Amino acid sequence: MNLRRDVFQAISDPTRRAILLLVASQSMTAGAIASNFDSARPTVSKHLQILTECELLTQEQTGREIYYHLNPGKIKEIADFIEPFRKLWDLRFNQLEAVMQKYKTKK
Amino acid sequence: MEPKTKINAEDGRQELMITRDFDLSLELLFKAHVEPELVAQWMGTNVLKLDTRKHGSYQFATADPKGNKHRFNGVIHQFIPNEKITRTFEMEGTPFEAQLEFLEFQKLSEDTSRLNMHIVYRSTSQRDQMLKMGMRQGMNMAHNRLEEAAGKLK
Repeated sequence: MNLRRDVFQAISDPTRRAILLLVASQSMTAGAIASNFDSARPTVSKHLQILTECELLTQEQTGREIYYHLNPGKIKEIADFIEPFRKLWDLRFNQLEAVMQKYKTKK
Repeated sequence: MEPKTKINAEDGRQELMITRDFDLSLELLFKAHVEPELVAQWMGTNVLKLDTRKHGSYQFATADPKGNKHRFNGVIHQFIPNEKITRTFEMEGTPFEAQLEFLEFQKLSEDTSRLNMHIVYRSTSQRDQMLKMGMRQGMNMAHNRLEEAAGKLK
């Protein structure tokens, strides 16, 4: 099954959110990340793969080890995602307020 | 300054909550959702139909900056003046399924009030797609407002 990867799909899973929190404090290898979870190693690998595919994590080869880093730019993208939707409603409601203020004084 | 309109959309949920405080009495805030002329003004839409009562329905039509026409409609399930409106909302001709909206109106003081809008979508992914669409719409709308404002300055 080849699902289209997007960040929102990636963060909808609680284990993946836990991985992001873990890696946020320091870069870690897959083994070190997996040791924090009860899940089987391949399961954790799958989560890491998804997080990497959607660019929430980046990989860095150091000697024989691959370290996972958090990609702060992508995290910011998620935080900013709701903002335009909020602004849309804010504009609408500002308009409502203005229209009704005018209506009130007309009466 | 704290933003006037707040959105609470938790990860992995198929719902969201919009909360806004108004410098308007509860009665005026509610009226803005009932009178077709007023709805048309603040929503920036043509109100083809707005029958605000239990089992009533509504239909709006708008044109985007490119001249594409969009229609929206819904059915009202509960209507309690100055208190609550429960309704559906559907964008015609899109893959989005109807969403369920609970609007609760609250008196804060003689001339301030609060609107809580709880929106439930068919699925988490439909909610997220809707949020993403809001992003584009928001941009367009902000742009239009700017042009309008600029036009008035001339």
